[in-house]
Amino acid sequence: MAEGAREAVLLRNITKSFPGVVANDRVTFDLQPGEVHALLGENGAGKTTLMNVLYGLYRPDEGEIWVRGRRVHLRSPRDAIDLGIGMVHQHFKLVAPHGVAENVALGLSGTPFWAPARTVGRQLKELSERYGLPVDPDRRVWELSAGEQQRVEILKALIRGAQVLILDEPTSVLTPQEAGELFKVLGRMKAEGHGVIFISHKLDEVLSVADRITVMRRGRVVGTVRAEETDKAALARMMVGREVVFRLTKKACQPGEAALVVEDLHARTDRGTPALRGISLAVCRGEILGLAGVAGNGQRELVEVLTGLRRPERGRVAILGQDLTRASARRIADAGVAHVPEERIRLGIVPGLSVEENLILKKHHRPPFCRAGGLRLAAVRQFAGRAIEEYRIMTPGPRTPAKLLSGGNIQKLILARELSGNPALVIAAHPTYGLDVGATEQIREILLRQREAGAGILLVSEDLEEIMELADRIAVLFRGEIMGTVLAGEATLEEIGLMMAGERRTVAVGEER
Amino acid sequence: MDWTSWLVGTVSRALAFGVPLLWGTLGEIYAERSGVVNLGVEGMMILGAYAGFAVAQTLGHPGWGLLAAAGVGALAALWHAFLTVTLRANQYVSGLALTLFGLGLAGLLGRGWEGRPLRAPLGAVAVPVLSDVPVLGPMLFRDQTILTYLGLLLAVVLWVVLFRTRWGIAIRSVGESPATADSLGISVARVRYLCVALGGVLAGVGGGYLSVAYRPAWTEGMTAGMGWIVIALTIFSAWDPLQAIWGAFFFGALYHLSFRLQAYVSPELLKMMPYAFAILVLAASGFGRARWRARAPGALGVPYVRGER
Ligand SMILES: Nc1ncnc2c1ncn2[C@@H]1O[C@H](COP(=O)(O)OP(=O)(O)O)[C@@H](O)[C@H]1O
Ligand SMILES: [Mg+2]
Repeated sequence: MAEGAREAVLLRNITKSFPGVVANDRVTFDLQPGEVHALLGENGAGKTTLMNVLYGLYRPDEGEIWVRGRRVHLRSPRDAIDLGIGMVHQHFKLVAPHGVAENVALGLSGTPFWAPARTVGRQLKELSERYGLPVDPDRRVWELSAGEQQRVEILKALIRGAQVLILDEPTSVLTPQEAGELFKVLGRMKAEGHGVIFISHKLDEVLSVADRITVMRRGRVVGTVRAEETDKAALARMMVGREVVFRLTKKACQPGEAALVVEDLHARTDRGTPALRGISLAVCRGEILGLAGVAGNGQRELVEVLTGLRRPERGRVAILGQDLTRASARRIADAGVAHVPEERIRLGIVPGLSVEENLILKKHHRPPFCRAGGLRLAAVRQFAGRAIEEYRIMTPGPRTPAKLLSGGNIQKLILARELSGNPALVIAAHPTYGLDVGATEQIREILLRQREAGAGILLVSEDLEEIMELADRIAVLFRGEIMGTVLAGEATLEEIGLMMAGERRTVAVGEER
Repeated sequence: MDWTSWLVGTVSRALAFGVPLLWGTLGEIYAERSGVVNLGVEGMMILGAYAGFAVAQTLGHPGWGLLAAAGVGALAALWHAFLTVTLRANQYVSGLALTLFGLGLAGLLGRGWEGRPLRAPLGAVAVPVLSDVPVLGPMLFRDQTILTYLGLLLAVVLWVVLFRTRWGIAIRSVGESPATADSLGISVARVRYLCVALGGVLAGVGGGYLSVAYRPAWTEGMTAGMGWIVIALTIFSAWDPLQAIWGAFFFGALYHLSFRLQAYVSPELLKMMPYAFAILVLAASGFGRARWRARAPGALGVPYVRGER
């Protein structure tokens, strides 16, 4: 039998381990020409690893790779590119200070030695029209939005003659409308006979775009189904391994006094370009304000200004009525602000310190943990024991280094520390990013509980579903400005998507509260 | 001494003094553009100076001397590349070690050669026609060796290669974002080895110029901290070969002035001048963050490991 003769790609029994985890355990996966085959799985399921194997970045410990009926051994991405495989990585692989054409020309065989960018620019124009992927070859990559950068990545693969295109979580950086555009492009590619591997952990979009769906869990394939023969609930069960409830219970919002008032805030990025251009917003105690927006529109800078990590140029920040514009991080924390940072490991914990030491970090200098300059270990131990139990932190012991915990448990540790002592304001940046379903549910419950206890919560997230589910009001950030604020109950996904793309909402609902 | 001849002498000497700085800086720009800091410039220059002198003296021809200087510089640089690219050692530590090693080794080997003038130095080339132009002729075109003109030509060529060719895109990409280059099938290690080696060749020639052309003799420690000026100049020129020209000759002038003004100002103070300026330049580049830092290669100083998260 001519094995794998029909398949554009066949991966057979691929095993790949990293120290401590088997990221892929005898995974078999195939792609037909002219189909979109989705690879669905929670974070950490092993999807990216499998694709890195197919793209020649990782060498599998075991297993076979077949491309168009031939067994191949990939030593580097160059081999994969030569076989017509292209990959758009989850974190784009672009040289930010360089022009679009230079990025595409990099390592592209067949370009002239002199002035390659010029020739490539011409080819790019042609290709981008054919597939409906508009880009300007002369722009610098760092000036482009995430959506535009993604188009550059796709064109990079197409210009190299990719017959098989791997897209790793392509929609995570797009507005819903941009995602719709992308799906149209995929349709066009399908019609031209390209095969597409579409990676995602979002059920709806996988169902709408894919012909077949392969579900992975903890490094293994759970099964492959045709999109028209399955539904959301069945996929969720395969992905998580148990029934999933899609709705959290949430009590009605009872907003109290203002926890945070921001007026006309301006700040710059590290590069010196404007990041915030006149942000005004308010968060009341007992409510969650969701801040939606595509990454890189000022979210990071806003959170940094509010937590005292970045100096604003202009504007006012008041917390519980106290003016804390330009106050230090410590003063802001002492005023009752909890910070759940975006970069959990870099800013949220001291990786080498133990779980219990990390738990008291913000209070280590005060009684009951500190007396006459010395730590009172008994008090520390008692506090840590309670926190570990209450927040269900899975750790071998209180004295295990925090860096050895899984992502979800590190996040619970941070929440346990930040929420102890009932803060009036919680600033949570992407609190469930990259966590599995179990941990995500738990963390959302913790945030809702805090809201009921009377804290105001500013929830920054790229996950629209999460914002729709948790927030009472939703503000949308675009290029450092707020495009509008809507009540969560009245918002539609489409409306928010339009604001994420820069359309201003004229009537500011709920703003006066 | 009348005013014109003073100016002619100063500019012509400044050019001559700027040559080793120019060669060294051009090399370091390439190494750093590929993402590798090499603090061993001083070491590579002094090894080049020693090898250049010893070989030119032995074989009786300056050309062989300069070739040897280039070769020795390349060898030293390859050692740095092996440590930092292949073994992923700390680039700063490895570079410092190279400088200390080079100074020590050259000092040791050079003992017997000290104080003897080179029997076959590299002479000046008077450019036909141009050298007869009054003032400008003697200033720019009479007392320079071929290495001055080659250095200028090299700066232009290296600029074109860096910004207008396939190779240049690859080199700059490897220095900005090695993971991107790797994902497109470019060998990060190969590009870095080649750029670091080129840096060594140019630093070696820069050192060789000192002992074979500028002051044709061997003196221990004759590079006198030029390697460090080169490091500062690399930043000063914003990693741009054309801008390196101005920087190199400006510092050449400072060096020269520190000799010329000795009669009037305390020599210790004057000797400090180039270094004080280098410190000023580095401090300024730290202040104007948006302007200067933004242009430093993104992956400068960071070893590349595929798949590291
Ligand atoms: N370079 C790496 N080094 C160590 N562990 C890794 C590496 N890449 C992935 N892993 C681990 O392998 C598992 C699968 O990761 P990944 O393939 O990125 O999952 P997914 O893309 O499905 O979210 C995870 O447990 C992750 O921590
Ligand atoms: Mg992934």
